[in-house]
Amino acid sequence: MGELMTINMGPQHPSTHGVLYLELKVDGEIVVDCKPHLGYLHRGIEKIAENRTYTQFIPYTDRLDYLASMNNNLCYCMAVEKLLNIAVPDRAQYLRVIVAELNRVISHLVAIGTFAQDLGAYATPLFYAFRDREKIVELFDSICGNRLTYNYVRIGGVSADIPAGTEQYIKDFIAYERKQLIDYNELLTYNVIFLARSKKIGILSKEVALNYSITGPMLRASGVKWDVRKDEPYGVYNKFDFDIPVGLNGDSWDRFKVKLEEIEQSLRIVEQAIGSIPEGNPVSKVNRVFRGTGEAYVRTENPRGELGFYLVAEGGVNPYRCKIRSPSFSNLGVLPELIRGLNISDAVCVLGSLDIVMGEIDR
Amino acid sequence: MQNSECFQKIKNKFPDISIEEQPNGLVIPKASLLEVAVFLKNEISFENCHCVTAVDRKDKMELVYLLYSTPNHFMLTLKTFVALDDLTVETVSGLWRSADWLERETFDLFGIKFLNHPDLRRIMNPDNWTDFPLRKDFKMEGFIPRPQSPGLKG
Amino acid sequence: MSTVLLKGLGCLGFIAFSAMFLIWLERKVSAKIQNRMGPMLTGFHGTLQPIADTIKLLLKEDIVPKGVDFLSWWLAPFFVTVPVVMAFLVIPFSSKWIALDLNVGVLYICSVTSICVLGIFMAGWGSNNKYSLLGGMRSAAQIISYEVPLLLSVLLVVMQSGTMSMQGIIHAQDHGWFILKPHLFLAFLIYSISATAECNRVPFDIPEAESELVAGYHTEYSGMKFAMFFVAEYTNMFIISAIATTLFFGGWHGPFLPGLVWFLLKSYGFIFFLMWMRWTLPRVRMDQMMSFAWKFLTPIALLNLLISGWFMVR
Repeated sequence: MGELMTINMGPQHPSTHGVLYLELKVDGEIVVDCKPHLGYLHRGIEKIAENRTYTQFIPYTDRLDYLASMNNNLCYCMAVEKLLNIAVPDRAQYLRVIVAELNRVISHLVAIGTFAQDLGAYATPLFYAFRDREKIVELFDSICGNRLTYNYVRIGGVSADIPAGTEQYIKDFIAYERKQLIDYNELLTYNVIFLARSKKIGILSKEVALNYSITGPMLRASGVKWDVRKDEPYGVYNKFDFDIPVGLNGDSWDRFKVKLEEIEQSLRIVEQAIGSIPEGNPVSKVNRVFRGTGEAYVRTENPRGELGFYLVAEGGVNPYRCKIRSPSFSNLGVLPELIRGLNISDAVCVLGSLDIVMGEIDR
Repeated sequence: MQNSECFQKIKNKFPDISIEEQPNGLVIPKASLLEVAVFLKNEISFENCHCVTAVDRKDKMELVYLLYSTPNHFMLTLKTFVALDDLTVETVSGLWRSADWLERETFDLFGIKFLNHPDLRRIMNPDNWTDFPLRKDFKMEGFIPRPQSPGLKG
Repeated sequence: MSTVLLKGLGCLGFIAFSAMFLIWLERKVSAKIQNRMGPMLTGFHGTLQPIADTIKLLLKEDIVPKGVDFLSWWLAPFFVTVPVVMAFLVIPFSSKWIALDLNVGVLYICSVTSICVLGIFMAGWGSNNKYSLLGGMRSAAQIISYEVPLLLSVLLVVMQSGTMSMQGIIHAQDHGWFILKPHLFLAFLIYSISATAECNRVPFDIPEAESELVAGYHTEYSGMKFAMFFVAEYTNMFIISAIATTLFFGGWHGPFLPGLVWFLLKSYGFIFFLMWMRWTLPRVRMDQMMSFAWKFLTPIALLNLLISGWFMVR
């Protein structure tokens, strides 16, 4: 054909999962080149960190990857605790694991629902996923008062103990969700059209994935059995028994399947944690304002990959430098390579399977 | 694996580079960054460049590289200092493709130029902006004119 | 002369009523499948919702984007709506209620509904928008490709009944519906798939794929023009179900109830099946859809035609 057409999958588009601007050069319908433009959600969070105390910064970490707030809070608080050698009570450790894993479940539900919607299963899987998500969101509402940005995990513990009846509610939810997972498998995973749309699309090989520092379900779908919770356990994760689902080919279907199986594993962890949670007071007793010196880097396994906080403290009440290593930022870097040579429909499918959140890419 | 083991290996391979071992990581001079990086990637299997960032130390810029080696289960913090009057350093994006965007981000926020980078332009701030936000001398109060988007009139 | 005029006006009235009913039905069916309730507040269980939608669409600002190709863009909604209305002339609602019983009824319907492609392509081109252009081109390719298996399966019914007149086909089913015969059951399957593609319904709704192309060929239309595309799509759905009912399900035949009621029940039953598919299945990709039409459906339809034809002649 010769002449290339430029299509702007612009900042406002039904399926770019936030404000991402993709400049696609297409030849007919085949993508020849792709240039992502970021920065539409850049709020300068790293600069803000230098002007807030350690405790004041926790709500800002909620708003990074707003679908996995508990995990963001957890990573930041662990970084501060490592920097200043603050101990965390046992009950708080267990509560942190429970909320982090439940948050992983609801984050993966959103990813699954929106991925199916991108492929054209218009709204039905999304509604089912959000109906399950609603149960957990209401639980979080009763625990910490918020539905999306929780600000629950604090430095040295958590902000409040769980109310009575939470344990039974979680047990009921686990039984209910296990039935729903069977439903998702029947409706989506082995559906002929779904397979035809997502198998062998956007194959990410192991070497490319490691070179691009891809982490999370994307890396595991490419066949690398790596999970920070198992290989460098933090908190009390070494006390629980769970598997790491791994994909075979690294295509979009594998990324979807890994997420679905991770929901099951997260439910296992929560079940074990609820069964063995110790008594005590999980509320953090650290001063609101404190000083410290040193440097620390902590990374945790977020639903989207490895989130890392690199904190530098020079004796002030604010951190001197707070660098946020966000998983979606590194994961998005491989997108131009993955969609070269695919149709526009497949480009949308690959972008959906990457499961990015612009909040943590742009910070 | 420990910091000291890495330090020894690099010292043995490059005896005439002045490497310092600090509690928070290894400090190497800017000029030998690329060859040490090649050595780390190929010989000691640091195949994962986890993070590239910078810290503004007021009289100089500190570049921090967080490299991870999966076989050794070790995260190495490699630091190098860049003088304010010559804010350039060699790029490592030829070795680790993850450094591509991370270096662009460091350039965008601090102004450190990476030589031989395939596509060094701003990543989060508008392309035609001239200031570097994360420097300590960035003016935060008062009116800063908003950068214009190219298609707007006036 | 005046009876034909009256019948024509009756058809237009039925189209308006049917489109409104289908809007309400789609929203309720989708709601039930998605485990929610749908419109409940406007009227009893949302029955006045289509009226609210119509009033809203009428009151919307008519935005004309800059740089549209005047003739293409303005005429496109007509090219999509008028052929669909024209096809209503030969729909046999009951043994007496048919506007015009042409003896080439089936041929007339198939040729008239093909004009819709022109309208879609004009909408895509005239909108001065790359997304619309892509949607228009995809739609043109899709509709033209799926015409072939559609016609082949309809041809088998014509061969079986020996006439192209709609009432004639229904009379040929006096002793049993055509769908109960094996070769015609296969023709029915091919017909359903092709007709879904003709109508741009999921799983073949690539031309208006919302998550990829924002809204495909009707991105740039608002207000009454968008309403015309909307009405045309629902009316097209009714027409293909009416044809399915006539050709395979015995038309207005049925015990006890009058023919009109049976016809409407069967047609809306088929429409319900189409809606059920829409809210359950994901979308097929463009090249997969084309290869499915040309490499799978067309050979099977041809084979079916050949074998049944041989059995009929010997």
